[in-house]
Amino acid sequence: MLTLKQSRRLQSVLVGTSSWAIAALIFFPILWMILTSFKTEIDAFATPPQFFFMPTLENYLLINERSDYFSFAWNSLLISSVATLLCMLIAVPAAYSMAFFESRHTKRTLLWMLSTKMLPPVGVLMPIYLICQSLGLLDSRIALIVIYTLINLPIVVWMIYTYFKDIPVDILEAARLDGATTLQEIGRVLLPIARGGLASTMLLSLILCWNEAFWSLNLTSSAAAPLTALVASYSSPEGLFWAKLSAVSTLACAPILIFGWISQKQLVRGLSFGAVK
Amino acid sequence: MADLKIRNLKKGFDGTAIIKGIDLDVRDREFVVFVGPSGCGKSTLLRLIAGLEEVTSGTIELDGKDITDMAPAKRDLAMVFQTYALYPHMTVGKNLSFALDLAGVAKSEVKEKVQNAARILELEPLLERKPKQLSGGQRQRVAIGRAIVRNPKIFLFDEPLSNLDAALRVQTRLELARLHQELQATMIYVTHDQVEAMTLADKVVVLNGGRVEQVGSPMELYHQPANLFVAGFLGTPKMGFLRGQAGKADGAACEVKLECGAQLSLPLAAGGLAAGSPVTLGVRPEHFNIVPAGQGQLRVIADVSERLGSDTYCHVRTASKEMLTIRVRGDFAPRAGETLELAFDPAHCHLFDADGQAIAKRLQQAA
Ligand SMILES: Nc1ncnc2c1ncn2[C@@H]1O[C@H](COP(=O)(O)OP(=O)(O)OP(=O)(O)O)[C@@H](O)[C@H]1O
Ligand SMILES: [Mg+2]
Repeated sequence: MLTLKQSRRLQSVLVGTSSWAIAALIFFPILWMILTSFKTEIDAFATPPQFFFMPTLENYLLINERSDYFSFAWNSLLISSVATLLCMLIAVPAAYSMAFFESRHTKRTLLWMLSTKMLPPVGVLMPIYLICQSLGLLDSRIALIVIYTLINLPIVVWMIYTYFKDIPVDILEAARLDGATTLQEIGRVLLPIARGGLASTMLLSLILCWNEAFWSLNLTSSAAAPLTALVASYSSPEGLFWAKLSAVSTLACAPILIFGWISQKQLVRGLSFGAVK
Repeated sequence: MADLKIRNLKKGFDGTAIIKGIDLDVRDREFVVFVGPSGCGKSTLLRLIAGLEEVTSGTIELDGKDITDMAPAKRDLAMVFQTYALYPHMTVGKNLSFALDLAGVAKSEVKEKVQNAARILELEPLLERKPKQLSGGQRQRVAIGRAIVRNPKIFLFDEPLSNLDAALRVQTRLELARLHQELQATMIYVTHDQVEAMTLADKVVVLNGGRVEQVGSPMELYHQPANLFVAGFLGTPKMGFLRGQAGKADGAACEVKLECGAQLSLPLAAGGLAAGSPVTLGVRPEHFNIVPAGQGQLRVIADVSERLGSDTYCHVRTASKEMLTIRVRGDFAPRAGETLELAFDPAHCHLFDADGQAIAKRLQQAA
């Protein structure tokens, strides 16, 4: 028989190893992609797969020669951040009124908003394409910014609504009695209290925008094309070149991965709902 | 100056009436306490005064100005919330100065006012801390400080002591009384604790079901409750009630025949009371005496006794199965089932008619 102490220790060891195992399982494809990006095309195709090889930078050099990585990256950055800011600008007032001035219709409105996410994007491809075309917005950043803002809005409003719901309304009422206008109440009391949740919401929106591929592939060609379009351009025309594809994918993921790594504290705090108080 | 006039105020939520027509005056420098059972609308009334809820109908006037539809920020009232509602992201100092900063008061003046409030409430060493790092009692004082700093026309308190432990509650209650004198402020205070109501108030407003049952000084309410509700609500242990019938009544005395068998004559001006109409007699626990058999008006059977040391509360049952509580000396405790003989002075009795309204007392009240 194990003593209580021993079984506790065994339990923590088991939990520890299994979480590491799961993490490794999830991270492995990314690791493999990064490894492959440093292989020659021959090594990349080798069976059995090679863990040890002579690393080479030739894929990266070639990509740099063939396409202007930084122009794509700049598009990704610009579109994601402007769309995220715009989204927050609309979502914060919306969530504020839904969380603190709830009406009979609030719950239904929230559900309806979420239900719009169930529509497959391809279902509205034609009308949106045609609208963009007639407005002269094909291959423009503005089109993607507007679309990204709108497609992320339901989720962003939901998240912010949930964070706001956790904040005792008394605090806002106290501010109101202290003489705060609605803008001051939001800007000086509500937003600072909810900043952890807001940060993680923005982060999520950034990631969603950064990774979005359907609209960016269909509505852009070169001038406004973000990194997802760059990756796609390496996937088909000359057959599959695993190493080059891995290199360009690594380049596309790297910024957001690094950004996520830096802000993981915010992310964790924000995602653990209710920890804002 | 702070003169508050409330006229025929009504408030409903989604069609359910909660405040059902309230008239009330609060005078300058008065300490007014709202008491009443849970859910009677005390907080709602306070929030209507503060402007945090919209009035359904009726008016609220402050110093002759109609503030019924004015934004809370413009009313110049400060509120202390039951949950304290401190700004969690600001230091204590910033919490105190927030309202003044918003109003654009000069930095030096803000500092002086914050220092002053901090001194009164002994918060000086805590000014740099965040609310999270304070104890419940300290948070409470910051919440009060936040109100003091603004020097509002009226302080509004919504059960400010209910989250404190018993000892701290007594201490803070005393501090509030002292503060009221020191600041010469007008205060409206909501509580369901009648000790707070009795000790702090100049004027008590007893609310029940969205209506005012009675307004008066604590002693008036205690000695001359206007109806059965107020009589039963104020005083611990509760006043005992005995059912009966009115007998012969004139301008000076009223005969009452109780269901439990006793018959007595009360010195009350009960001219309007028809002989034979049902009445309720109320006697407070401290007005009963236990006397040797044959000398009292009432024979009862002892039930449980609660011994508090200084006093004993004996719960007893009358012949007609009504429960009464009597307060006796701490060294006395009857056995359960024992028969006791009770006497009480008719001058201390309250009489209520069939509608529960008190029959006015003619004789001078014993204070
Ligand atoms: N925002 C609201 N929407 C609907 N009903 C409400 C709302 N606020 C209060 N009520 C109802 O109004 C009634 C009075 O509430 P209120 O908070 O004023 O009671 P209270 O006297 O302060 O009670 P307590 O002593 O428990 O604090 C309650 O029945 C409550 O359910
Ligand atoms: Mg209340």
